[in-house]
Amino acid sequence: MAKVLVVTSGKGGVGKTTTTAALGAALAQSGQKVVVVDFDVGLRNLDLVMGAERRVVFDLINVVQGVAKLSQALIRDKRLENLWLLPASQTRDKDALTDEGIGSIIAELRTRYDWIICDSPAGIERGAMLAMRYADEAVIVTNPEVSSVRDSDRIIGMLDSKTVKAEKGEQVKKHVLITRYDTARAARGEMLTIEDILEILATPLLGIIPESQDVLRASNVGSPVTLNNAASAPARAYTDAARRLMGETIAMLVPTERKGLMDRLLGRRAAA
Amino acid sequence: MGAKAVPTRQLVRLRGRSYVAFVFSPVVPIVGWLEEIDATLAHSPGFFVGKPVVLDLSSVDLSQSAISHLVTSLESRNIRVLGIEGVDAAILTMTMPPLLTGGRHCVVPLNKAPKQEVEAKPKPTSLLLESPVRSGQSIIFTDGDVTVLGSVSSGAEIVASGSIHIYGTLRGRAMAGVNGNSAARIYCQRIEAELLAIDGYYQTADQIDETIRNRPAQAWLEGDIMKITPLN
Repeated sequence: MAKVLVVTSGKGGVGKTTTTAALGAALAQSGQKVVVVDFDVGLRNLDLVMGAERRVVFDLINVVQGVAKLSQALIRDKRLENLWLLPASQTRDKDALTDEGIGSIIAELRTRYDWIICDSPAGIERGAMLAMRYADEAVIVTNPEVSSVRDSDRIIGMLDSKTVKAEKGEQVKKHVLITRYDTARAARGEMLTIEDILEILATPLLGIIPESQDVLRASNVGSPVTLNNAASAPARAYTDAARRLMGETIAMLVPTERKGLMDRLLGRRAAA
Repeated sequence: MGAKAVPTRQLVRLRGRSYVAFVFSPVVPIVGWLEEIDATLAHSPGFFVGKPVVLDLSSVDLSQSAISHLVTSLESRNIRVLGIEGVDAAILTMTMPPLLTGGRHCVVPLNKAPKQEVEAKPKPTSLLLESPVRSGQSIIFTDGDVTVLGSVSSGAEIVASGSIHIYGTLRGRAMAGVNGNSAARIYCQRIEAELLAIDGYYQTADQIDETIRNRPAQAWLEGDIMKITPLN
């Protein structure tokens, strides 16, 4: 059974595109057929993070408008053969997206893939609404700070009211993914605690991704962080999260600071 | 145990009320339409006396002086215009009736004698919400109490004509007793509210005493002062 997963947040800049690429790559590595779809029309980033920006010919808007077929727009990843990308348009804007058009694209993708991961734009406008409209599951990406948590709460309210599943009386299965978790600030008590976040959002936790330079390095070379440096802390956390999405129960690892002797002497930190 | 500081009397009260009015929708030519009104008045004189009348001008395009003339013509027939809808706000002057929006269709009772209506089913007097109220959601229940089995997030609001019971943390706005019910109360297991209001008297977050925060609390009206006291 194909699953449509939307990666959304409300707030911008929290790590939706990074998460979409990382989870997509992790799921594909475990043998699933995955397509990642960029819904951020006009400000597309998923193609950059996936390293496919020089191979984009047709995009989501072209398919919605019938100018191109779905198979012409889909781009296969060069590193993983069951990972595909459907990019957004950079020259148009979200008004070109239509409910029926997206509905028929999602329906067609369901026949070809196990996982359809929709990278939502920030905000609560049309692009974000259409990205979540046909979702079966949702990953709500949240930073451990107050404005991100409030915006995530708003998005959770919309997942419970504006999706096709909610309109039919069913529930979109929701998970919270905490990203950019700064271990040093957590140790000093300067960040919202995980318990506080979960108490406010009242939604199960999928994973905790530590703040790390590896994420920036990976997007600069155009590779999902789980492929670029699979041993890094964020990559391992994303891989665990992907396995939880597939139903496995894995103990939640809260990132902590780990200092080696030289690091302690020289005052350096590494997230573990 | 009472609150430490006694809040000062609230001089401005926020209240909403809805009324039913007749709507006149004039058509061109206005003179012909006024003749029809005269014919109705000849039939039953004083029919519109004392009844609130709203002018719906959305199907005609009248200038400012034409609107003024129309209102005066109706007043000379003892019809007082309560408000005008269907025009640009800029076209109405301060001496003309105000612009009204958001009117809803309803049945106007024409008989003076009140009809005895037997209800098939008694209307529910309380609303139960089993999941938390999320930011941006607005729950409005004008028929009684509201009970929430969960928290009310920051940026959410609950409006009830009765009391509000929250089995969780109240981080948003709660407005109880909105139809003039000053006996309504607000109860919650943890109070971190942005705003509390009972029957129009309100207190914002920074007026709520620090010692009351993060504890079970109830808010109620004593006269016209809102008291917020711990619940244990």
